[in-house]
Amino acid sequence: MSQLFLEQLLNGVQLGMFLFLVSAGLTLVFGFMNIINLAHGSLFMIGAYAMALIGGVTGSFLAALVLSVPVVACAAWVIEIVIIRRLHARDHLDQVLATFALILFINEGTTMLFGRVPLFLDVPESLSGTVTLPGGVTYPLYRVAIIGAGLAVALALWLIIARTRVGMQIRAGTTNRETVEQLGVNIDRLNTLIFVVGAMFAGLAGALAGPLTSVEVGMGENLLILCFVCVVIGGIGSIRGAMLGAITVGVVDTMGRAFVPDILGRFLDPATASGISAGLSSMSIYLLMVVVLVFRPTGLFPVARSV
Amino acid sequence: MKLMKINALAGLLLSATCAAALAEEVKIGMITTLSGPAGYLGQDVRDGFMLAIAEEGGMLGGVKVEVLVEDDGLKPENGRAIAERFLERDEVEIMTGVIFSNISPVVAPLTLRAGRFYITPNSAPSQFAGKNCHENYFAVAWQNDSLHESAGLNATAQGYGNAFVLAPNYQAGKDAIAGFKRYFGGEIVGEVYTQLGQTDYAAEIARIRAAGPEMVFQFLPGGMGINFAKQYDQAGMNAEVPMVLAAPSSDINILRAVGESMVGVSSSSHWNHDLENEANQAFLAGFEAEYGRPPTVYASQGYDTAKLIASALMKTGGKVTEDMDGFRSALKAADFDSVRGAFAFNTNNHPIQNWYARVVVERDGEFVNETMGVIAENHADAYASECALN
Repeated sequence: MSQLFLEQLLNGVQLGMFLFLVSAGLTLVFGFMNIINLAHGSLFMIGAYAMALIGGVTGSFLAALVLSVPVVACAAWVIEIVIIRRLHARDHLDQVLATFALILFINEGTTMLFGRVPLFLDVPESLSGTVTLPGGVTYPLYRVAIIGAGLAVALALWLIIARTRVGMQIRAGTTNRETVEQLGVNIDRLNTLIFVVGAMFAGLAGALAGPLTSVEVGMGENLLILCFVCVVIGGIGSIRGAMLGAITVGVVDTMGRAFVPDILGRFLDPATASGISAGLSSMSIYLLMVVVLVFRPTGLFPVARSV
Repeated sequence: MKLMKINALAGLLLSATCAAALAEEVKIGMITTLSGPAGYLGQDVRDGFMLAIAEEGGMLGGVKVEVLVEDDGLKPENGRAIAERFLERDEVEIMTGVIFSNISPVVAPLTLRAGRFYITPNSAPSQFAGKNCHENYFAVAWQNDSLHESAGLNATAQGYGNAFVLAPNYQAGKDAIAGFKRYFGGEIVGEVYTQLGQTDYAAEIARIRAAGPEMVFQFLPGGMGINFAKQYDQAGMNAEVPMVLAAPSSDINILRAVGESMVGVSSSSHWNHDLENEANQAFLAGFEAEYGRPPTVYASQGYDTAKLIASALMKTGGKVTEDMDGFRSALKAADFDSVRGAFAFNTNNHPIQNWYARVVVERDGEFVNETMGVIAENHADAYASECALN
């Protein structure tokens, strides 16, 4: 039982890492640029497709991973300059409409280019198979690698935000954009930078997801909904919040799927229990969000704002 | 003046012949799933269907047909909107194409209420096979449960004492588990319903490992099945707990995507590429030549559906809704060479057919299902007795 619990906990943390990689960009763009970017999930998808295509051509996992991130960065750079930049002055409804249209464009374009049959990637030889972790849990090596990659990105991001000049400007800009602009910081350049970096994380997550799940049109949208939950729970604009929110959502979602049926099964007959628990476990993260928002309306780690 | 009269007369005649020509063209509405991870299911049903039409040069049974194809995106609300448009604006006489059993309960009743024929190439949920069966509703491929009944028979025949079962939480998923249990002699140690369209099965695989069953039965069609099979392999489970599957979880696209780790997996199906009958050989050659890829089981179903319609149109001379009784009895006779061999409709308009055991083998670097033998001969579904038709 404890082994199963540990394994499910790892599954939750691993899902949390994906969510964090996508939420990090989302929360920065939302917090700093004050833009709701629904097309963030499309960048995740672009990362996965780049990975699958480059991997197919080169046959190397590492080369594909290293090259797919710049591909996403280029795509994000174009999107920022052509569309996102024009949305700053507009209200959120316009942004939602424009970025939703972007989803449709990107999805339809991908369908035209690559067809409807999903692409598949294999886990590289060096990361395939399982490892036995302390505690006697056998766990797929690739999923361990994903957790490691997520932690490394989180650490790097924290160092940038907390220790560098650009990081300071970003923190200041999230709190009071106008003042930072008055102080002579080129806010347009900073906007582009944040958007591109956020996209790169989403693209990295997409590239890492490739060998695990099928690479298909619309793969980012399901994840994006969960990521908005992470961002809201964590506090908009806060990287620390995104991390905590992502891990919490990942663990709650996985644990819900893993244990709610068993728990309900003790009170109800199996057929009813499995019916109810399927619904209940998919609701669990939204229930969590409601509880968090009741007690902390601005999220767990709210960012101070001047407005 | 005289000239004008002649012109007008000629115009009248012309429009009259046009109307006659239009009336002769039978309109078929195809609502199917073309996008998302399960998009290849609808694509193959469509391509199989179109192949039969192309073979006749745009006709079915010597009658010109027009097929309107729309993607439901696996959403019932899209299915409803398209069905209403097809029935009211386009006035299709035959509705077909639905893949998923969360869409057919929306599209089928609309079609039947409008007095048109509903001929399904894939989805055939239990509710239309029993008490609510309808004289104008025909299921060409199977009744959902039968797929999984055959898997249950297959698992029992292989001597498994207990099983862990897994399916998406929607009507066909529930039908799947019910069907498997109906003919599986062993004990069910775990029963899990996942979300439709789920991509990551880590939590479910961990539960299977913890339950330690003798075998796993999963009904995860399309991309879901590919993801599950890959992750199952990554978790090192293939060697520990073998899978016994129904046809949708072991189609050729899944085998190609998952690859070597599928070798040895057993499944059951009503059709396989190596069934030796003339219709099947012609279909395989025709499909490869037309589309440059091997057909899936879904393509065979689309093709059979078109051939069935062709046989009925041939008999009625192109009349569908003008001769409801004639077209209906022509359909019911199922007077065509099915690619799966012997085939007949039961009283509830669902198939009576053989089910075959298959196992995945490697042939010249490709992974394919090889037919091992018959599991169930002339198998009928469990709901026919509840249906009042005869």
